[in-house]
Amino acid sequence: MSLLAKKVLGVSLATALVGALIGLYVAAWATSQPPTIVATSAPPSSGGDRLTLMTVPAIGPKYSPTHPDWVSYLIRKNGKWVHSTIYTVPANSIIHVTIYQYDSPTGLRNPYLSQVQGTIGGTMTVDGKTVNSIPPEETSHTFVIPELGVFIPLPGVSEEAKNPCEFAPCEGADTRTVTFSFYSGKKGRYHWQCFVPCAAGFINGLGGPMQTVGYMDGFLNVV
Amino acid sequence: MSAISEAASAPQPIRQPVWRRLLGFNLLTAVILGVGGYYLGWWIGHLINGPSFEYESATDENDVALLLGYIFGVVGFLVGLGFANYPISRLLGRPASLREKESEGIGRYFGLCTDHKVVGMQYLVGIGVFFFVGGLNAMLIRAELLRPVPTLVGPSQYLSLVGMHGSMMMGMMTSGILGPFANYFVPIMIGARRMAFPRIESLTFWLLMAAGFILVSTIFFGGFPTGWTGYAPLNEQAVMGMDSYIVFFGLVGISMCLLGLNMMATIITMRAPGMTWSRLPIFVWSVFATAILMVLAAPMLIATLAMAALDRTINTSFFVVGGGGSAYLFENLFWFFGHPEVYVLALPGFGIVLELLPVFTRKPLWGYRLAVSGMLGVTLLSFFVWQHHLFVSGINADLRPFYMLSTEIISIPTGFIFLCVIGTLWKARIWFSVPMLFVLAWVFNFLIGGLSGVALSDVPTDVGLHGSFFVMAHFHYTIMGGLIFSFFAAIYYWVPKMTGLRFNEMLAKWHFWLMFISFNSTFLPLFVLGLKGMPRRVSTYEPSLQGLNVWVSISAFVLGFSMLIFLFNVVYSLIFVRKPAEANPWHSKSIEWQLPTPIPVNNFEQIPVFDSDPYDYGTPLQLDGGGGGQPATAGA
Amino acid sequence: MSSSQAAEPHGGGGEPNHAVRFAVLWVVVTVIALPVVIFVIGPLLGPGNGSEQSGAQGTDYTVLATVATPVLTLVVLYLLYAVTFFRQPKGAALEGPAIRGDARVQTTWIIITSLLVLGLAAFGTVRLETNYGSGSGSGPSPLTVPKGPKLPVQVIAQQWLFTYRYPTYGGVETRQLYLPKGEMVELHVTSIDVIHSFWAYKLGVKADANPGVDNVAFVRPTKLMSFGVRCAELCGVWHGYMYNNENRVVTPAAFLAWIHAQQKRLAPATKVLPPYAKTYIPEPSRRGE
Repeated sequence: MSLLAKKVLGVSLATALVGALIGLYVAAWATSQPPTIVATSAPPSSGGDRLTLMTVPAIGPKYSPTHPDWVSYLIRKNGKWVHSTIYTVPANSIIHVTIYQYDSPTGLRNPYLSQVQGTIGGTMTVDGKTVNSIPPEETSHTFVIPELGVFIPLPGVSEEAKNPCEFAPCEGADTRTVTFSFYSGKKGRYHWQCFVPCAAGFINGLGGPMQTVGYMDGFLNVV
Repeated sequence: MSAISEAASAPQPIRQPVWRRLLGFNLLTAVILGVGGYYLGWWIGHLINGPSFEYESATDENDVALLLGYIFGVVGFLVGLGFANYPISRLLGRPASLREKESEGIGRYFGLCTDHKVVGMQYLVGIGVFFFVGGLNAMLIRAELLRPVPTLVGPSQYLSLVGMHGSMMMGMMTSGILGPFANYFVPIMIGARRMAFPRIESLTFWLLMAAGFILVSTIFFGGFPTGWTGYAPLNEQAVMGMDSYIVFFGLVGISMCLLGLNMMATIITMRAPGMTWSRLPIFVWSVFATAILMVLAAPMLIATLAMAALDRTINTSFFVVGGGGSAYLFENLFWFFGHPEVYVLALPGFGIVLELLPVFTRKPLWGYRLAVSGMLGVTLLSFFVWQHHLFVSGINADLRPFYMLSTEIISIPTGFIFLCVIGTLWKARIWFSVPMLFVLAWVFNFLIGGLSGVALSDVPTDVGLHGSFFVMAHFHYTIMGGLIFSFFAAIYYWVPKMTGLRFNEMLAKWHFWLMFISFNSTFLPLFVLGLKGMPRRVSTYEPSLQGLNVWVSISAFVLGFSMLIFLFNVVYSLIFVRKPAEANPWHSKSIEWQLPTPIPVNNFEQIPVFDSDPYDYGTPLQLDGGGGGQPATAGA
Repeated sequence: MSSSQAAEPHGGGGEPNHAVRFAVLWVVVTVIALPVVIFVIGPLLGPGNGSEQSGAQGTDYTVLATVATPVLTLVVLYLLYAVTFFRQPKGAALEGPAIRGDARVQTTWIIITSLLVLGLAAFGTVRLETNYGSGSGSGPSPLTVPKGPKLPVQVIAQQWLFTYRYPTYGGVETRQLYLPKGEMVELHVTSIDVIHSFWAYKLGVKADANPGVDNVAFVRPTKLMSFGVRCAELCGVWHGYMYNNENRVVTPAAFLAWIHAQQKRLAPATKVLPPYAKTYIPEPSRRGE
C-alpha cells in the first residue's frame, strides 16, 4: 500500500469514526424526551388515579437553564415537582386531576374553549366552586386532550395579586386551584396541550413552549 | 499563500516551513476565522438585542445573535480560505494572483483552488457526505414510522428530521450533478482550459459546505418544524433552529445563482473553435438549461428568506396577517423558486442519460435537436406552473385551469426526452455496463414519476392527493429515481476518469440491483398509502396502514444498506485495491476520454478544434472480444 | 446517413421487423390491460362514494389511469423489448446503426402527446368546474356555485384543532362535524393562526385553512357514515395529531336533533363567541406580548 493510500485510509477511517459519533449524537438528540411520570394512585374509594399538576409563568433557571422564561407545566411525584409533561394513567378508570395555576390571564384565541367539556358531570371546580365555563379573557392556560374530548380552561391569577409567582416552583404564591375528573377510556398514546397563546415573545403567542414537549404540551399514555 | 501567477505557471511550489503553511489561507485558518466570526456576531447580536447581555446569552432565544453569528461566521470562513485576497489586492493596485493552489499536492483539495477539476472532486466528496447525512435522517424517519404512534422520536424532533432530510436533499443535491460533473467536465467538453470565473466556482463549493454545516447545526438550537418548504407564518413561530434553515437556504441560493452564472458564462463564451451550439454535447445543453433556471429562480428564494428573517428579527410583517402581510405571499414566492428548483434537480439527469446512452448503445444520439428543445421547453415552462402546488389553497382559484394546462403541457417537452431515449435504444447494441444499468433504471423511474405527476396536475384528483404520501412518492420517483440514479450513473461512468481507478464491478452490480429493487419496493407502496389518505410529515397514522408502512420501512433500510455497499466499494476499490482504469474503458468518443489520465492542469496542450458532435457512433469499429461486459481496450 | 446496412449484426439471417413485432405486442398487452385498469384498478383509486364530489373524483382517477395505461405499457414494454432484442452479442463489440432521427416519428409523437395533454387539461377543467370545484378549496368567491339551498358551515382551524361553526343555527361552535345527507354543504375554511388544510378523505374535500382567508368548498354527502378529518398541511409540532374521527353524515332529521342538542349543551360557550364572520384575526397578532 502506497503512502498516499495509507494517508487516505487514515483520513477515511477518522471520517467514518467522526461520522458514527455524529450519527449517535443525532440519534440521541432525536430520541431524547422528558421522563414519563406515572399517575399516583388515589384512595380506592375514588376508583381511580390522581394527577397533580402545576402551571407556572416561568420555569426558572433551576429546571431549564436554556429557557428560564418559558411557561410550563410541572407534575408532582413523591412530593417533589418534576419538569415533565408525559404522563401515564391506567385505562378505563377515573383520573382525578388537580391543577395549581400560578400564571396571570392571557385570554383565548378561540373562546369556544372556555367551556368545560369531557369531564365527569361536565364541570370542574375552581377554588372549590363548581363551574362549567369561565370567561374567556380570564383564561390563563388550558389542559386539553382533544382525542379524549377533555377540555379544561384554567383561570388566571388576578393581575393585582399581592404575591404573584415569578418562576417555578411556585408553592406558596397566590394560586387558583382547579380540580376535575375524567374517564380515561381505551388504551392509547394521546397528546394534550394548552390552547392559550401563552408563549411570550413568539408570534401570536404560539411558538416556543407551545410547541415543545415538556412545557405546554405533552403525551398522555393510557395503558 | 501558495498562489502562483499566470506567467510563472511552472509546477514548482516553494516549500515553506510547516507553521507558515498551517497559517496560510487554508481550511484550518478558515475554521478558526469561521468560529471566531460566529462568536463575534453572536456577541454583537446579544449587545444590540438583549435587555441584559448576561440573561440573553444564557438562553437560546435571540434570533438576531444567531443570524449575525452565522453571517459573520461564513464571512470569516471565506476570508480564511482566501476569497478576500484577490479583491483586496486589486483594490490596492497590487498584482493579483490569477490562480490558486493549482499545483499543490493533496492540499489543493482543502482550500480555494481555481482548477475546475479539483473543484469537481471537492464537490463530489462534499456533496456525498451530506447526501449520506440526509439519508441517515430518512432512516430515522422510517424507523419512527414502523409504529402508528410516535414512540421512538419526539414529535418536534421528528419534524426537524423531516425538515433536515428535505432541505439537505433539495438544497445540497441541487448541485448534485452540476457541482461535481459539470464543473469537472463542461470546460473539457467545450474545449476550454478553465471555467469563466474560477474563483467564483470555488466560492460556490465552499458556500455550500458552510450551508450544510449550518443546517446540521440546527439541532443545537431546537430544530425547525416546517419541513423544507418553510411556510410562513409557521416559520415565524419557530425557535432559533429556524434561523439555521433560513441561512442554509440563503447560502444555497447564493451558491446556486453563482454556479448558474458561471456555467452560462463559460458555455456561452469559452467554447473552442468549431464547438457550435449544434455540436454541444447534450450534457452541456442540460447544464446550460439548468443554469438558466438557477440564475432566474434562486434570487427569489434569497429574497423570500430575507423577508422571513426580517419578520423574525425586526418585526416586519411581510407574512403576518394581522400586520398587513399575507401567508399566501410566502407560498407564492417560495414556489416561484420551488418549482423551477424541481427541474434544476431533474434536468441534469436528462443530460446524463442522453449523454451516456449513445456510448452504451453504440449509436448516435437520436433526435439531438428534439432533446435540446425538450430541455429548453422544460426550462421555459417551469416558470409558469408554480401554483399547481397551491390548487387547494384558495389562491387564484379562477386561474386553476391555466395552471392545470401549463402543468400538463410541460409533459410534452419531457416526452421529447423519452422519445430520444426510445429512438436511441432502437436497434441498438446495448452494453449492460453499470452506468447503463442506472440509465435504464432512470427511464423506468422517471416514467413512473412522470405518469403519477399527471394525477397531481389534474385538480379534481389533486384534491385527494395534495399533501399526501402520493406526492411524496411522486417526487421521490422524479428526484431520487431521476437525479440520484443518474448521479450514480455519472459516478460509475466518470469517476474512473477523475481518479484513474476502477470500481469493483461485482460490488457495483450488487449496489445497482439492490438499490433499484429496494427503491421501487419503498416508493411504489407509498402511492397506495397516499391514495388511502395518509398525509405527509406525520408520525401518527391509521393503525390499519401499519402493515404497508412496515414494508416500506424495511425496504427503506435495504435501500440504505445498498448505499453502504456503494460506500464500501469506494473505500475498497479506490483506496485498497487501486486498480488503474483504462484510459477509455467505455470506448467513448467524447473528448474527455481522449485526454490522458490524470487530466493535466491545463486540460489541453493546444485548444482543440471540433468538427462534429461527440456522437459519431455507428460506423464499424473493429474491437477484440473482451468476454463478459468489458471489451478490451482498442487504444482510444 | 443510413449506415445501418453496415451494422447489421445477424449477418444474412434477416433482422425481424421489430416495428411490427413491437406494435403487435404493445397493442395486445394494452388491450388486455385496459379492462383491468378500467374495471378493477380504477375504482380502487378514489376515496369512495361518500359524496358527489368524491364519487366524481373516482371517475377522474379511472379516466387518468386509463389514459396513462397505453403510455406505461408503451415505455415499459419497449424497455423490456430493447433489453431483450437489442443487446450487444456476448463478447462482441458491434456498433449500432447510425440513425440520427426521423422527422415523421418525431412529428407524430409531438402531435399525439400534444393532443393527449390538451385533452386531459380540457377534461380536468370541465370536471373541475361542473362539480363546483370538485371538493377543493376554491377561494372566497368560487367560479361556479351550485344553485339551490346550501348549508353553510365554517371550519375554524387552529393549532391543533378543527372546530365548526353553524351560522344558520345561532353560530354554535362544535368539535364534531355533522352533515345532513343529500344537502349541498358550503364549507368556509379559515384559520386563526398558521396555514392548515382541512381534509375529509371520505368526502373528497381538501381546502387549505389560511389565516385571514375564507376558502370555500362545496360538498354534497351521499352516504350515511362516520368520517375522519385531518390536517393535510404541516402546521407545527402536533400536526400529526390534528385529526378527529368522530364526524358523521346523518339524515336531515337526525342532523336537526343533533344541532339543537349542541345549541343547548354549548350555550355557555356560544354566548362568549365573537359574532360570526368570514375570518377572524384574534389578538395578539404580532410577535411579542
